Amino acid sequence: MELIFEGIAKAVALLASLDPEVLKITWLSLKVSGIATFISLLLGISSGTLLALADFPGKRLLVSIVNTGMGLPPVVVGLFVTIFLWRNGPFGFLDILYTPAAMILAQAVIATPIVMGITVASIQNLPPNLKLQILALGATRWQMVRILIKEARLPLLAGVMAGFGGVISEVGASIMVGGNIKGYTRVLTTATVMETGRGNFDVAIALSLILLVVCFGINYILTRIQQRERPR
Amino acid sequence: MNADATLLEVRDLTVVRGGVQVLDIPSLVLRENEVLSLIGPNGAGKSTLLLTLANLLQPTTGEIRYRGYVITGNRSSHVYRRRLAMVFQEPLLFDATVFENVAAGLRIRGIARDEIRDRVMTTLGLFNILHLADRSARKLSGGEAQRTSLARAFAIQPEMIFLDEPFASLDPPTRLGLTEDLERILQKTGTTAILATHDQLEALSLSDRMAVMNGGRIVQSGAPVEVMNRPADEFVASFVGMENVLRGNAVSSSAGFLLARIAEQSIELPGVAEAGEEVVFCIRPEHVTITTINPGDTTSTRNIIPASIRKIVPMGAFHRVHLDCGFPLVAYLTSQSLGTLHLEEGTRVFASFKATAVHLIRTGHRTC
Repeated sequence: MELIFEGIAKAVALLASLDPEVLKITWLSLKVSGIATFISLLLGISSGTLLALADFPGKRLLVSIVNTGMGLPPVVVGLFVTIFLWRNGPFGFLDILYTPAAMILAQAVIATPIVMGITVASIQNLPPNLKLQILALGATRWQMVRILIKEARLPLLAGVMAGFGGVISEVGASIMVGGNIKGYTRVLTTATVMETGRGNFDVAIALSLILLVVCFGINYILTRIQQRERPR
Repeated sequence: MNADATLLEVRDLTVVRGGVQVLDIPSLVLRENEVLSLIGPNGAGKSTLLLTLANLLQPTTGEIRYRGYVITGNRSSHVYRRRLAMVFQEPLLFDATVFENVAAGLRIRGIARDEIRDRVMTTLGLFNILHLADRSARKLSGGEAQRTSLARAFAIQPEMIFLDEPFASLDPPTRLGLTEDLERILQKTGTTAILATHDQLEALSLSDRMAVMNGGRIVQSGAPVEVMNRPADEFVASFVGMENVLRGNAVSSSAGFLLARIAEQSIELPGVAEAGEEVVFCIRPEHVTITTINPGDTTSTRNIIPASIRKIVPMGAFHRVHLDCGFPLVAYLTSQSLGTLHLEEGTRVFASFKATAVHLIRTGHRTC
């Protein structure tokens, strides 16, 4: 227990002193996971809406695959992104392995199926005749899709939370494709793993607390938006 | 505007789903300013026809012409759809205020903000929901939600409006109020409309023309009173509230009147049929009179049949009286008449109805 209390005390001290190293790690975590979530929203919402509205043989199979993808193990993603970005790999010419860009790519791969799966469920949960009603109001197909996404905005916010929560807390892919390079690709999770490995539990606890506070803060803001949007 | 102008014209329209033909309309015309009601049981094809007419469902064969232009086969076209509005059984409101909902069709059309405000406010006033403008659509009662849905449709000032059982899930008083308002607004705006319903009274009060649908086909169409009183077949008769649909045999015809027999009783009715031919005749319960003494000398009514009361079912303002005349016959009686005549189950009475109150349906079958 003493170890934990010491860790908390150290964490408070680190936070209070605005340690530049810690601030840099926190900022990179937010930047990488924020951009990855944004990319996953663009890809996940558009492809999820398309999948929810389209009608074709094998649709159920595809939805099942997407739903399976929602639980994609980060180490598996990390492994394949590493292989693809390896010097001799298909995208080796990009030369982005062990850079924040590779981490963004890996995290986007993790978050996209989460956002996509929640989008499919959100759109499919709308009343079946709503699509026809929107078209009957004179909407073009594009206007119809836009209105449907707007109607599903509250469950879609849950998708944002799940996507961001999933990537900011993952460690396997980030450490594999980022390499945990100090001052360059070190983020909260990879730093926590490293400090724990070194036996610096106080620093590890401090980083974990920051991670928790960041996760809570982002989710709190999104939840506030979601609750405010819900009509009373 | 030419009152007789054809707005929509349907030719040889069929819709096949899963190998089953769910719609078969060889011909249908909708004229400008008319209100056509489609009545029929669930699964008759009413909604499918409305969706097809709104170009929201592609027919398997046939074509639909709007003011002479073929609109079928052009699935992405929203130009045609912008001339119409559709209201479904569920209000299908957006997660926004009542104002925003009613404005939705106008925003889709890119109309200027000031004009949207004017038109939405006018329409909200028309439907008596101006006080709900800022309320969330999620906080509305069923009647208020359907009013909002109707207001959203009328706000775009459509040339025609398709109403797919809009009142089916409302309680009777709300339904009545909304039906009266819709009738007033349809008259005021002169909007051409098609109303799908399975409520014959709703159809009767709102429409100029009625089409009865069954099994994807229109089995009879005409003026509502004509369809209600002169059904083309037994299905239509039972669907439009002809509770007495009886089967008998023609005995003789003369001077435009037919004498038929049913369960040893003779019935006279207008029409012609060959002697021995099986005939079906229909009598509305409200056209049957019940007396405790034989009215023979005091009335010109041709059909007077002795009967006994089998069952009396209270129906609010009136009672449904089930009679045994050797064949079953149903009559409606006001609660006051029931008390005055001291009627109860088992009482011997006389059931009388005019010959002209009986409608003949020829089945074409010969039984002897």
